[in-house]
Amino acid sequence: MDSENEYNSSQMSDDGFMEDSDVDMDDGECLLFAAVLSESDFEVEEEDDVGFETQDKDIKPTKHAYEVDFNVFSPADIHAQQDKQIAETSSILEQPPEATAILLRHSRWNKEKLVEAYLERREEVLEEAGLGEEVQKHPPKVMKVPGFVCDICCDDDEDMETFAMKCGHRFCVDCYKRYLRTKIKDEGEAARIRCPGDKCNRIVDSKSLDLLLPPDLRDRYNELINRTYVDDKENLKWCPAPNCVYAVDCKIKDRELMRIVPTVHCNCGHYFCFGCTLNDHQPAPCALVKKWMKKCEDDSETANWISANTKECPKCHSTIEKNGGCNHMTCRKCRNEFCWMCMGVWSEHGTAWYNCNRYEEKSGHDARDAQARSRQSLERYLHYYNRYANHEQSAKLDKDIYLKTEKKMTQLQNSTGMSWIEVQFLDAASQALQQCRQTLKWTYAFAYYLARNNLTEIFEDNQKDLEMAVENLSEMFEKPIDQLKGLKRDMLDKTAYCNKRRIILLDDTATNLKDGEFSCAFGMMGFNVTLP
Amino acid sequence: MSSVAKKRILKEYAECSNDLPSGMKVIFDEANLTKWDVVMEGPAESPYAVCLELAMCFDKRSLMHQGGHFKLEINFPNDYPFKPPVVNFKTKVYHPNVSNDDKGSMCLGMLRPEEWKPPNKVISVLHLIQNLLVEPNIDDAIETSIANDYKTNRAEFNKTAQDWVKRYAK
Repeated sequence: MDSENEYNSSQMSDDGFMEDSDVDMDDGECLLFAAVLSESDFEVEEEDDVGFETQDKDIKPTKHAYEVDFNVFSPADIHAQQDKQIAETSSILEQPPEATAILLRHSRWNKEKLVEAYLERREEVLEEAGLGEEVQKHPPKVMKVPGFVCDICCDDDEDMETFAMKCGHRFCVDCYKRYLRTKIKDEGEAARIRCPGDKCNRIVDSKSLDLLLPPDLRDRYNELINRTYVDDKENLKWCPAPNCVYAVDCKIKDRELMRIVPTVHCNCGHYFCFGCTLNDHQPAPCALVKKWMKKCEDDSETANWISANTKECPKCHSTIEKNGGCNHMTCRKCRNEFCWMCMGVWSEHGTAWYNCNRYEEKSGHDARDAQARSRQSLERYLHYYNRYANHEQSAKLDKDIYLKTEKKMTQLQNSTGMSWIEVQFLDAASQALQQCRQTLKWTYAFAYYLARNNLTEIFEDNQKDLEMAVENLSEMFEKPIDQLKGLKRDMLDKTAYCNKRRIILLDDTATNLKDGEFSCAFGMMGFNVTLP
Repeated sequence: MSSVAKKRILKEYAECSNDLPSGMKVIFDEANLTKWDVVMEGPAESPYAVCLELAMCFDKRSLMHQGGHFKLEINFPNDYPFKPPVVNFKTKVYHPNVSNDDKGSMCLGMLRPEEWKPPNKVISVLHLIQNLLVEPNIDDAIETSIANDYKTNRAEFNKTAQDWVKRYAK
């Protein structure tokens, strides 16, 4: 059984087996292998297991430090998961599956909490979910009430059908239905629609919904119910790509996000961060990304302008924009008089001239020093920001080219007689460029917050290597069509090199991040994990 | 616009005339039920009332109701009352809960789609607005800098609010 244990520890996330699925792989071979394992009887086929295991070690690519375990689920998978949990809970609670489903949804799919609460105060739990005994005895029904005026449509027709839940907020059936329609169709609510009565927080239970929902709303309702399942589960998230139907399961917890950047890859092709659902931002951790984006939003343009157009008063450090031609400046705030050219005190200039020729004066020198220091932080930010923005921009331009790639590929096929498969290298190159620039972009945001130590040098070397590789490939990519065929070998090499450099950079950074080797330049970042 | 909405709006209009908050007037066009124009005076106990020194020069009796005049627009969506009415200040007002742009929009409390319940009435909305002028809802502010002003420097807030009344809410 030794081999089996080893298999488990190498394959499964440290949380052990996943609760919903025994399969925890992301590449086809392993998937197949695991499926065989999970279906086979371990005891009987122990011999085979050993065989598989050795084979597995050969085939399976070693996992990189920047990769996390995750699973992608289709809507059908999600449905099946719900059914499985309902079936499990149903047998514990000894309630029919239908009622169990309502209870689970009501408790936001927290099975343990539901079971505990149910065992402790059964009636109360049933009642809250709209399944109380009284409801069972007197199920909600539509009725006519003499002298009733609907508070929504103000109708008082004698024959009007009306409905109310146990809370007694009674409205005509038409209005009730329209209310539900608005909630479901327009606002996308499902599991927790409240009673339409003013200030009433009672949830419309499923028995009432069964009674009132027209058939055309049921599909939508069921779809939304599916959605709430994913929303309620901490380890499940929808892929944020437009029109994508998949959900991703990842065991990374929020508190781990300081040390891990959990980029996942949806079956639709979209790479995103499981922590914050933004586009892949490796190697920078989520908290830093958030901070950086906020800083850029607030500061970039202003900082650029300040840097280009202003200086600081040498005495009180107010930022000053020169609004006239004269170099004799008087600070509005502290009344300090100084020379705009040399930043030295004006009194040392003797009788005033418009041109300052006193560059070596001591007071001017000190003032310029102080100025330089305060400007340094601004310059530092702009250094990183400009590179970050440049890669973002370049990625966009590369993307434009990517859109033309397909056209290029067809042209290549026509003009050189190359087959479709032979021109795929362009597609691969373009994808590599996109991915590498994305990574490079975030290395600059990351570097901005990094305190210097010997690791940062390695980081910067990695960054430089990747950047050079990317620029080389990018340049080649822009060559005219007739030259492209001759460049195929070279481009394939450079593409592979780019991808390799990217993996090295990410792997290195992720390992150090995990081990807490990085520290932050400003001591304000959460990812400073040098201290336990 | 649905017949339910029409009926509701007409009924609400008939009912609200007795119950309007003081200093409020609704201008109602039967040809276009979906838009109500409201003119309200800044409540006396708020900074939105017109400056007293100004009013002093005139007839003393009119002093009580010399509030700044604010124009509001209430638009009813097609699926009213299942969706909340939309309120916009047409007169610029320095207030944490009114957006400081050309829309002057408000989105809080019962005006939010998820809070609104179909039995709610416009008259409650009007009361809500008047109450807000007397006491802004800081926790739900749309203009955070104005809310900050209100929280930390009330005198300054009152002064700016009054300045704006003089400038815009004649």
